[in-house]
Amino acid sequence: MGNILVFAETQKGRVPKSSLIAIQAGKDAASKLGGDVLVAVLGSDTAVAAREAAGYGAAKVLAVNDAALENYLADAYAATLEQLVQTNEVTLVVAAATAVGKDLLPRLAARLGVGMASEVVSFHDDGTLQRPMYAGNTMATVTLADTIKVVSVRSTAFDAAQPGEQSAVEQASVSLDADVTKMQFVEFNETKSDRPNLTEASIVVSGGRGLKSGENFTTYLEPLVNELNAAMGASRAAVDAGFVPNDLQVGQTGKVVAPELYIAVGISGAIQHLAGMKDSKVIVAVNKDPDAPIFNVADYGLVADLFKAVPELTEAVKKAKE
Amino acid sequence: MKVLVTVKRVPDPETTIRVKSDGSGIETDNIKYVINPFDEIALEEALRIKEKLGSGEVVLVSIGDSVVTEQLRTGLAMGADRAILVGCDQDLDSLAVARILAKIVEDESPQLVLMGKQAIDDDANQAGQMLAALLGWPQATFASEVVLSDDQQAVQVTREVDGGLETIGFALPGIITSDLRLNEPRYASLPGIMKARKKEIKEVAAADLGADMSPRLTINSLEPPTQKEAGKKVETVEELIGLLHDEAKVI
Repeated sequence: MGNILVFAETQKGRVPKSSLIAIQAGKDAASKLGGDVLVAVLGSDTAVAAREAAGYGAAKVLAVNDAALENYLADAYAATLEQLVQTNEVTLVVAAATAVGKDLLPRLAARLGVGMASEVVSFHDDGTLQRPMYAGNTMATVTLADTIKVVSVRSTAFDAAQPGEQSAVEQASVSLDADVTKMQFVEFNETKSDRPNLTEASIVVSGGRGLKSGENFTTYLEPLVNELNAAMGASRAAVDAGFVPNDLQVGQTGKVVAPELYIAVGISGAIQHLAGMKDSKVIVAVNKDPDAPIFNVADYGLVADLFKAVPELTEAVKKAKE
Repeated sequence: MKVLVTVKRVPDPETTIRVKSDGSGIETDNIKYVINPFDEIALEEALRIKEKLGSGEVVLVSIGDSVVTEQLRTGLAMGADRAILVGCDQDLDSLAVARILAKIVEDESPQLVLMGKQAIDDDANQAGQMLAALLGWPQATFASEVVLSDDQQAVQVTREVDGGLETIGFALPGIITSDLRLNEPRYASLPGIMKARKKEIKEVAAADLGADMSPRLTINSLEPPTQKEAGKKVETVEELIGLLHDEAKVI
């Protein structure tokens, strides 16, 4: 077994939690398959992020500084990682299945001419991998045939790496020609919200068609969302009815979430929706129909009129916090 | 402008997926198949580009056995001009799909390839990025807005990324994969369905394209996800809060 290369992202010069999860997944793979964990940090000025990434017990941090790497772009980043793979005896590449990881790793795999497994949830001793398919309705055990394997890991399936022995930071240089710098970064508009991100929140409160209107999302659901410091989600039925924009959609064709607590309000529980939230640790359903399928996956079901129950719930949460 | 749109036949997202008892695959009896929802969005975007420019061609490509014709006809009824069916009866992983598509792209020379960000069956989310790498083309995945330059030589794409929206740009040719917010796909109209019957579906055999289709990722077995135990029904909000606090310890 060669080395394991973990790609660490940088956000505003820092290493995000999702990349600490990737480092942990890399260590997990190393404990089962052998090899040293190397962490790659790319950017135009990686000094801070590389030092940060070095605090988690990896064998080595490879820092690449290049003006072309200032902003994440798939072509330059994939070409850089390819060179790191080839110069560091790497046989496994790991990154978190974030927007960046999902964009980058397949491009890297194809450049290397090897297959890739997406959203892996565990590494087995025999080298096989486990990953969900059909939006988590099945778990597949898969084998990658190539010597170099590329794997993105689902961040809900691994813990974040704990601070460990300081790793050495090695400056690596790569050559990036015009062929791999065709893409240009234009701008990033950060979502201005005091609420946590839907896919990262530890509590998600989602509303369905039972809320009856977009105004009711504001009047009934939002106070509960705010009180819990939760992210707000919605079923496809609510999105299709125009109650809320579709970036809130939780489900097979929307966002897949797995928070500590998921509260489904006025959601009947179509398969489409269940596929996007059923891995949540604790699921609460509030619905007036006792036969709604959502109750089959709920840990706690409250059969009630949401227009009465939700304000009560909001009040009770407020009191519980005091 | 010529736009190539990839179409995959997948189980309807409303279908209950059940794993066969021997773990060799999923139960396919009584499953309704549709165009992968993200591919439908990609096709809609291609049609809008053509309509906006007032000229151009939208070409569909799908890989599979002859049943895929059903999804290609649907795409043609939505408004695509013609279709290519790459005949293949073996299971393909994303790299093999990308290698086949690269051959089609070399043959068709589109300025733009529009694809779904992922297929909702294997959920790999790889083929677009892999195709871009094989062709050495730029890529914009998870697109929520596509703006073509006036001279049609370049594109700016807004992408749904973690924590916000990112815009990138590149000169064409390039590859764009669609996210949910890109558009709302149209339904095929009755005249569209009539017209689609006369549109061309060219058949080529995957084996004749000379692409390496050797599997790099093998699915050994499938199993159903672990089932949850039945939950508790509660009568009051008070009881619920009590359980969330004392038993589940999440509040």
